[in-house]
Amino acid sequence: MNYTYFFVILIGFSCTITQKTEVPTLSYSELKPLLHKEGNKTYVVNFWATWCAPCIKELPYFEAINQKKNVEVLLVSLDFPKHKESRLLPFIKKKQLQSKVVLLDDSNENLWINAIDSTWSGAIPATIIYNQNKRMFYEQSFTEDELNQIINTF
Amino acid sequence: MKTILILISSLFIFTHNHGYKVGDIATDFSLSNTNGEKVSLVDYADAKGFIVIFTCNTCPYSVAYEDRIIALDKKYATKGYPVIAINPNDPAAIGGEQLIDMKTRAAEKGFTFPYLQDKGQYVYPKYGATKTPHVFILEKQEKGNVVQYIGAIDDSSRNPEAVKERYVADAVDALLAGQLPKVTYTKAIGCSIKTL
Repeated sequence: MNYTYFFVILIGFSCTITQKTEVPTLSYSELKPLLHKEGNKTYVVNFWATWCAPCIKELPYFEAINQKKNVEVLLVSLDFPKHKESRLLPFIKKKQLQSKVVLLDDSNENLWINAIDSTWSGAIPATIIYNQNKRMFYEQSFTEDELNQIINTF
Repeated sequence: MKTILILISSLFIFTHNHGYKVGDIATDFSLSNTNGEKVSLVDYADAKGFIVIFTCNTCPYSVAYEDRIIALDKKYATKGYPVIAINPNDPAAIGGEQLIDMKTRAAEKGFTFPYLQDKGQYVYPKYGATKTPHVFILEKQEKGNVVQYIGAIDDSSRNPEAVKERYVADAVDALLAGQLPKVTYTKAIGCSIKTL
C-alpha cells in the first residue's frame, strides 16, 4: 500500500517536472502572475494557437522583439489541451521558438477573458504589452513595423 | 459644419465597431444558403425568435462546437427558436471557406439548420460579431427581432465535458418561459473574422 502511494507520487512528480521544462499547462490563476510581472522590462504577452493563421504570421515579430534587451515575450497558447503533444510541442520545435510558451487550459473562459481585459471579445490573436508605467491591450494582428513602433512607445 | 461631420463620422465608427447591444433591433438579411437558396429571418413566419450563430468551416473552436450547435437546433427549432448559422469570413482571405466548402461541411455533419454565407461581409459588422463562433439570440416582437443575448454557447469551448453553464440554452429557455435571460453577455475564445 505504502509502495503504491509512493509510486503514484513519484509518477505525478516526474510528470510535473517534464511539463515544467517543456511547456507548462496553466490554469488562469497560475497564469495571472505572469501577466503582472514587476521587473524593469517591458513584458509582451501574446495569445495565439498553432492553427491560427494570423497568429503564426506575426510570431516571428514577437520572436524578434524577444531578443531585445529590455523585452520579455510570453506566448500563451490556446491550442486544445489534447493537441499539446501532437501539435503544439512539434510546432515549437519546428519553428525553434525561443520565447517562453505556456498552454492556458481553463474552461471558465467568460471569467478569465474579462479578467485579462474587459474589452477583449475573446478573438485571437490578442496581445498585452506592459511595463511599470503603462499597460495596453490589443485585439488585433500586427505588422512588424506596427509592433516595433508600439514597443518603442514603452 | 466640420465638427458636425466629425461627430457624425465618429458616431458611425462607434456603431460600426460595437454592433448591437441587448435590446437593439437586429437587421434582417438575405443570404445564400449552401443549397443556393436565399434565406431571410422574415421567411420564418412561425418562429418565436432565432439563435443566430456566426461560425465557419476552418476555426477549430467553431468545429469543436458543431455538435453542440446541431443539438441546439434539434432541441429549439421545434420550440420556435431555430439556429441560423452565418459564415462571416471572406473566402478570399482564407482557404476552405467558399460556399462549396460550406456545403461539403454541412453535408458531412448533417447540419439541420441553414448555413449562410455573409457574401460581401455586410451582415456581421452590423451585428458586431468579432469572432467565430459568436451567438446572437433574437426574440421576435412586434417592433422587430430584439437582441436578447450576445456571446458564447457555453462556458467551455475546448472541452464539452467540462461545460458547467449552458448560456444559450438557458437564455432560450428563459425566453420560452416568457422571461428575460439572466445572463445576457458572455465571452469565449474564438477565431478572428477573416477579411482582406
